[in-house]
Amino acid sequence: MESVTSSGKAKVTLPTDEEILITREFDAPRHLVYRAWTTPELVMRWWSGHRGAMKIADIDLRVGGMWRYVMEANGGFEVAFHGEYREIVPDERIVTTEVFEGMPEVGEPALNTVTFTEADGRTTLELLSTVSSKEMRDMIIATGMEAGMQEQMDVLEELAISLR
Amino acid sequence: MARAATTADTFNAVAEPRRREILEVLVAGERPVNDLVHVLGLAQPQVSKHLRVLREVGAVDVREDGRRRLYRLNGESLKPMHEWLKQFEQSWSERFEALDDVLDDLKQKEQGDGVGDE
Repeated sequence: MESVTSSGKAKVTLPTDEEILITREFDAPRHLVYRAWTTPELVMRWWSGHRGAMKIADIDLRVGGMWRYVMEANGGFEVAFHGEYREIVPDERIVTTEVFEGMPEVGEPALNTVTFTEADGRTTLELLSTVSSKEMRDMIIATGMEAGMQEQMDVLEELAISLR
Repeated sequence: MARAATTADTFNAVAEPRRREILEVLVAGERPVNDLVHVLGLAQPQVSKHLRVLREVGAVDVREDGRRRLYRLNGESLKPMHEWLKQFEQSWSERFEALDDVLDDLKQKEQGDGVGDE
């Protein structure tokens, strides 16, 4: 076996018509990944990636509590999400709703389940986003904010190669 | 503002699982409608409906061959979506790389604390 590199790529798949699954392995025990995921000062440091600067990371980590993240994207516009915690199992699992602010509401908000699994000191994080309707999913896809379709990727990779 | 209709763009047209199946079949090459009906196990009117949507967004092209209508993939029209999907994965990868840095700090801090306590 090849040794595992420290920074893998996020893997995005579409398990069903209404689900988007993002998977990534981290070289850290899961209590630390969980801490980085749920501590406002730490979320401020990574959530925006290289796409902007975080302005707000509010986390009320209890069932029924709200979270809200706001970043200023590099283009100068604000991108904001918020939601409510539905289930919390420390170091293991968090279920929250997620609403992208600035889009009209269509049906129920998305439901995100984040699972932290540790093996040999490394943690696999799975973020499963379930949308409540095909309309919602289509809209998310159309906004270009959140989606990924491995099936299409496979088809399109072949295409891209054939187009060269 | 009203939401764009399902057929409005390639993303939405391709979000439908049956239409994705059609595209997957067409990756292998040009096929007549009857082949698609057979492979997908759907009634011809349904297949024709899906093909119409895919044609409207330019994802497939059609040509007459005697009495048959042959469909083929129009790869060029799907390229923007391919690019966009790559960007989405890239965006999450970058976010997680930033998280890697935070985790490195936390690990060091935890080890440092351990030493300090002893």
